[in-house]
Order: sequence, then C-alpha cells, then structure tokens
Amino acid sequence: MTDSKQTAQAPIAGSPRTPDMSDDIRQHVCASAMRPQDGAGDGTTREERLALKELAISGKPFGPGSHTDKEGKEMTGAAAIIASLEAEGVDTVFGYPGGQAIKLYDALYDSTKIHHILARHEQAAVHEADGYARATGKVGVVFVTSGPGATNTVTGIATAYMDSVPLVVISGQVTRGVIGTDAFQEADIVGITMPVVKHSYLLQSNDDLTRTFREAFYIASTGRPGPVLIDIPSDLAGEQMVFHYPDQVDIPSYRPTYRGNAKQVKQAVELIRSSKRPVIIAGGGCVTSHACNEVVELAEKMQIPVVTTLIGKAAVPCSNPLNLGPVGMHGSKYANMAMTECDLIIAVGARFSDRVTGKLSEFAPHAKVIHIDIDPAEIGKVRDPQVPIVGDARNVVAAINERLDRVGATPQDEEWVKTVFEWRERWPFYTEDFVDYPDRIAPEQVLEALSTKLDPHASVVTTEVGQHQMWAHQHIHREESRTFISSGGLGTMGFGFPAAIGAKIGRPGAQVVCIAGDGSLQMNIQEMATAIGNGVAVKVLLIDNNALGMVHQWQRLFYHERYSCTEFTANPDFVKLAEAYGWDAERINHPDQIDGALDRMLASDRPYLLDVIIPTAQTVYPMVAPGAAIDDIIGAIDVTLGGVRVTEKGMSPAGETAGTVAEPLPLNEQTEGAFRTSGATRVSDAMTGAEQRPAAADAALDAQAPKGGE
Amino acid sequence: MKYILSILVENKPGVLSRVTGLISRRGFNIDSLTVAPTEDVTMSRMTIIVNADEVAYEQLTKQLHKLVSVYKISDLTEEDAIERELVLFKVVAPPDRRHEIIEIANIFRANIVDVGKNSLTVEATGTASKLDAMEDLFRSYGIRQLTRTGKIAMSRGARDA
Repeated sequence: MTDSKQTAQAPIAGSPRTPDMSDDIRQHVCASAMRPQDGAGDGTTREERLALKELAISGKPFGPGSHTDKEGKEMTGAAAIIASLEAEGVDTVFGYPGGQAIKLYDALYDSTKIHHILARHEQAAVHEADGYARATGKVGVVFVTSGPGATNTVTGIATAYMDSVPLVVISGQVTRGVIGTDAFQEADIVGITMPVVKHSYLLQSNDDLTRTFREAFYIASTGRPGPVLIDIPSDLAGEQMVFHYPDQVDIPSYRPTYRGNAKQVKQAVELIRSSKRPVIIAGGGCVTSHACNEVVELAEKMQIPVVTTLIGKAAVPCSNPLNLGPVGMHGSKYANMAMTECDLIIAVGARFSDRVTGKLSEFAPHAKVIHIDIDPAEIGKVRDPQVPIVGDARNVVAAINERLDRVGATPQDEEWVKTVFEWRERWPFYTEDFVDYPDRIAPEQVLEALSTKLDPHASVVTTEVGQHQMWAHQHIHREESRTFISSGGLGTMGFGFPAAIGAKIGRPGAQVVCIAGDGSLQMNIQEMATAIGNGVAVKVLLIDNNALGMVHQWQRLFYHERYSCTEFTANPDFVKLAEAYGWDAERINHPDQIDGALDRMLASDRPYLLDVIIPTAQTVYPMVAPGAAIDDIIGAIDVTLGGVRVTEKGMSPAGETAGTVAEPLPLNEQTEGAFRTSGATRVSDAMTGAEQRPAAADAALDAQAPKGGE
Repeated sequence: MKYILSILVENKPGVLSRVTGLISRRGFNIDSLTVAPTEDVTMSRMTIIVNADEVAYEQLTKQLHKLVSVYKISDLTEEDAIERELVLFKVVAPPDRRHEIIEIANIFRANIVDVGKNSLTVEATGTASKLDAMEDLFRSYGIRQLTRTGKIAMSRGARDA
C-alpha cells in the first residue's frame, strides 16, 4: 500500500468560476470547502498520475526494473513472477490460492514488498483490483489458480475490458505435459477470455517470463487500457531460471497514436469556431488521459456545455456550471435537450454507447461531430464524424485549445449557454419539496444528503448496477476524476462492493462509500469478510427496495406490470448479516433518520452498512424508453408546472405541457415496499403510453434489455 | 462485397484463433482463409476473404488492427493484385476415358499427380474462375474428392503488401 504523505489538493472553495452559477451549486461548493478534508492523499495527485502515464508510455517499468537485488539471481519461475511484480513496483495483489497457484503463493510468502488481499471469490478479486486501478490509475494485479479459479475471473475481466481498466491477471495452469488432456482443474482460460482481454499470454518457457510481464504491464496501461491475462503452467513456476528484468519494451505490432493529426486539429478548430450550439461529451477517455483540465479549459473558453457519460462522470467538476452531468437513458431533460438541439458534438474519449444515444437516427440530428479517441475502432463505429481525431484526449484537446487561442476564437452565440441553463432551472433532477411518498425515504434525498456530507474531491463513491446506480449518477457531486467508480459497459451487478474495497485499499485515506442495491450486493456479499479481514473500513449505503428495481421498473412501464421474478421474497436481514461478518450496521426507513444515520456511518472507522428501506415502487426518472429518442422523456420534473413529473417529447412553452402529467403511484400499505397494481392512475399507462408504441419499444427491448439490475 | 485481406501476424500459437475469433464475433463469415509463415519465420501471412458492406468492413479492419499479434493489414481487393489458388481434383477415370481428362488438364496447364485404377488426381493452380471452369468440366466425369487451398494474394511490382 502506498504511504499517505500527500495531502489532497484544496477544494476549489467558494469561488465560483462564473457569476451565473446557480445557488444550489454554490451552496454545495461552499459547504464542501468548509468541511475538513477526508485526508485522502495517496500519491494520487493529478501530477503524479500524469507522471505515471508518461512513464507507462515510455515503456519503462513502473518500479525499479532491473535495479533490484534479485537481478541476475537464480530462482524458480514462481519467485521470478514475484520478482517481476516487484520490478514493476506492484505493492498490492488481489487473489485466491489453489493447487496450480500454490508455488506462486509459496514464493509470495517471502515477499516483503507485496501485500496480498485474500478475496472470498475470484470474481470479486478481479473487481477489487479493478476498483483499485480505477481509484489510483495504477495497474490492478490478480492471482488465481487454474480451472474454476480462472473461469471465475471472466466476468471481472469482461467488466474491466468494457470500461478500459488496466489489469494484469495471472492464472496458474496445469503443467505443460497435461495441457489438453482434461486434467483436474484444467480450463483453457486463454481461449475462454480471448474476446474480453486486450491481450493474453500462455507462458511456454521461462525464457519469456520477464519479457512477458513487462509487455503485459505496458499493454495493459498504455493506449486504450485494458486487461491482460498471463496463464502460467505450474511446472514453469517450479523450474529454475536466472532473473533478468527488461527496462524497456518493444512491440512493433503495438504502437498507439498519442498525438492528434495537425490537419484534423485545424479542422476541428474551424468547426468549433463556426458552431453556434456546441456540446462536449466527456467520456472515460478524459479520465484515462487526464484531460480534465484541458476539457474544462475548452468548455470555458468557448462556453460549451458539457455532458458526461457514466465512466466520464467527474471528468469535469460538478460545480462547474457548464457541466450538465448525465446524458442519455437516465440523463437530465436539460442535458438530453442540449444533445438534441446542438449543432456540434465534441466527443472526447466517449464511444456513443446506446445508453447515451437512444434512438440513433434521432440522436443529435443537427449536429456535426468531432470525435477524439485513442482507439481508431471507436471512430465511426456508431456515428460518422466530420472530423475524426485519433490520439490521446489530453494531447488533442490541448492542441485544440492552443490553436483556438492562436486564432483568437470566441463563442459564436452567448445565448446557447443561457438557454441550456434555463432548461436546467425548468427541469431539475429533483427538488426538495418534491415528495413521491410522504413518510417514506426517497433515494434522491438520501443520495443528496450523502453527497453534501462527502468531500467531493477526496472521497470515492462506487456503485453497483441498477436503479441506485442511476440515482447516484444523478445526485452524487464529484469534483475530481477517479472518485466515481461504476460498471458502465458491462453493467456488472456485484461489481461495486468489491470495487469499493479495492478503491479503499488503493486510497486508504479516502472515505470510500459503495452505493448498493439489495440485489447487486448479494452477488458478492461474501466480500464483507475480505473487508473485515484486511481492516478495510469501507462503507455500504444499501438502497433497499426488496426487488430487482430496474427490471421491475421496466416491467411496470413496458411489460404491463407483469413482475416476473423481480420481487424478493427471501432477502436476509442485512443488518444482522453485516454484524455476523463483524461489521457495524444500521437500518433506517423514515426520512427523519437520514441525517443522523449518514453521520454515524461516515464517522465510523470500521466497515459499516447502512440499510435504507425505500418503496419498491420508486422509479428512476427521468427515463428514456429503450429505442426512443433521448428528448422523448418520461417523468422529468417541470417546475414551471409547479413541480410535477411530465412526459413529453421535446418541450412545450413553460407552464404548458403537451404531454402527460403523472400522479405518484399509490402505495400498498399492507405490504412493506410493494405497491398496488390496481390504482386508477397508473404511471405505467399515463406516463409512457407503452401500449401506444409497442412496436418501437418492444423491438428495442429485445435488443437492449438489461441483465438483472436492481 | 468480397474483400481480400492480407494480414501479417506474429507466428505464434493462438494467433489464428485470435484473428478468426474476432472476425466471427463481429458477425462476419470467412469465405476463405490461408495461413503460412513468410520469408521471416517469426511472422505468418494470412489471406482472408470476407463478405461485408463497406462500413462493417472498415470496422472489422480497425478491430483487427487492435490485436497486438497483428503487424499489418493490406487490402488487396481493389488492386490489380496477383491472386492464386491451388486445387486437387480426384476425378473418376475408367481407363477408356483417361485420355479425355488428361487432355482437359493439359489445356488448363494442370498436372496429373496420381493415377489409380479408376481415378486420376489432377493438380491445378490459377485464378478462382479458371479453377471453377475446370471443376465444371470434371463434374461430367464425376469428382470423387476436391480440395481447394483458398486464395493467396500479393500486390504487383515492388510494393510490399
């Protein structure tokens, strides 16, 4: 683990960058400035992360490389694996031992530099390494054994692959002599993982061992990052070899492009200068390439509103008024309207996911596109850009900024930003006085309260997958990149909790909170033992609706309230369960309890679970139906109508609506958390008109239905 | 349309599976594929023919480029490239009709490489259309077995592709 000498950079205090910052945001920023720091400095300042990136690109090892006392010594393959990790500066490994990994674990026993975190399931070990990598910017490392140990990593590897997270996964394999004979605990893990790794190796000789490790770390951490698997037959782990670690790497077939083409940068600048209604989509690539400052500079210079993808959340500080936040299926109405009305998209490290674009043919129909991505395959995959720029997002955006300055560019149309800000006033995510169910806890309230109590610079929030994830995306304010961790591409339930453990291990000084649902949490709940066993004081805020809420919500809105297999009948008592693992825990079910309970949770220096009971009927709004255009929005709050949820496509003049005004669902008083299905006013009918557009919705449902999610 | 891709890859176990796996999981069917080491034994060259529309094809080549094992991809589709294929026909040939088959083989500059009691094995190289024409002719005698290698291709002149 890293030491904690660094202190986090000071909050940006109550000095908003632009005068028209809305009051609630200003209050939020002031509040965060007055709070004491969480004390998160873990060698993860922006400068250090940038230095780490430059080091990775240079091809040099992350650690001492050949300059260790093990260089030139004779040792077993297993000892050489440990020595290689030490040469890469690895201090933390997540894993689970087994028969074909036993030599590796035996060698680990002698290491004074590597701290091993024993998970309770290999999938969780990978998610922990993933959370560690996302929180710190370092490469996450995993040890597992052959066969089931290796196959259990597949979901974790796929999760990291979809979200471009650097991992090196080391799996034990049966001995070379019996590979292919269906030996005990044999699985072709290189073959099984091929579609979900950036690269993989089946080690054939110890002559290749150290070079393989250097290549693996290099490939995982450079270009578009991703997971790399090294499968090591256990006879090699026992064989003697002489250890020499390479200080350089040379892979002629792997040469990522970092600098953007100057001609294309020039074209991009011309497009930006001539556009009247530009929008930036900030994606995960901004975080990976540390482009956050450059993107903010571009946005402020040209007064460009910014929307963020799930992985790009926190790429731009939430306090910046130009940051419109989430876009897409559960994005705000104002962000989605901005996308629909814009005449230029500047996509920075974003890949036009279907959850962002909605119906593609109606996505940003008037917009030209500048697409900046380090992965050429992302460009033109979904939307054809007018200006494609392959390169590192930070380099490219910096080059664009520099040229904009040189030509003295100014915003074409000051009205655009004002209009978007008016939309934001009109359709907020949530307002304090908006109450769906009196005397019941609204998840929006809890998350807003949590958000104001956390240091937005130095705390880390992870999420599981489902409704709570979307609420967190909407309501948790973040100021620094790498402080919001969520499974975006694969949407892996069971990711968030182990990822929080990994993040906390990577940043021990930071307050780390996992926002979970009762479905997701149970997919890796055994990791409570990992947390307690390693003294990881992670917090779990359980948004507990006793159901698989997201699928439940779809069933209500699009499947005629046929709740097939989404209502839990046998949830455990989560408080008792947590206590059985040695955690502290508490349950709340009334809005008055929120404040005190959150304070107790955050003040605790031990692992802590807060079980927050919410109504099952609580729905994530706004929502765009699958297959619909993103300006066709269900359930956005319209303050000009007195704060009611409205369903309409596009917009009508303020104070009028062409769509449907929804009434909250009546609650069934007899069944805790369940809701009545026979009410006269049903949101499902009133709000979506699901019956009126079965063709569009159903076809899209087939193609896009979520897996699980709660 | 049909695209001819010439792909230079690392000559290592598993590389073929990486390339073909990627092509199939992105939804393409491979029409033909040949692979063998090149003048540099650490590298192999694959010649792959796929059927795709232009947008999908571009995405496919970009994805192939991302494989760490792939050095270079050349598109030989539009070019005036040299394309060859080798085929072995085992043709039904009772002794009284052998001369007819030998005559056909000669016209196509093919070789007789084996003779059985009631069959002749003919080896031919050339473009796909030439081999198709031979196949048509041999069908009337009866083809017992046919093996085609799939296309290999190379650009003309000094260019290295």
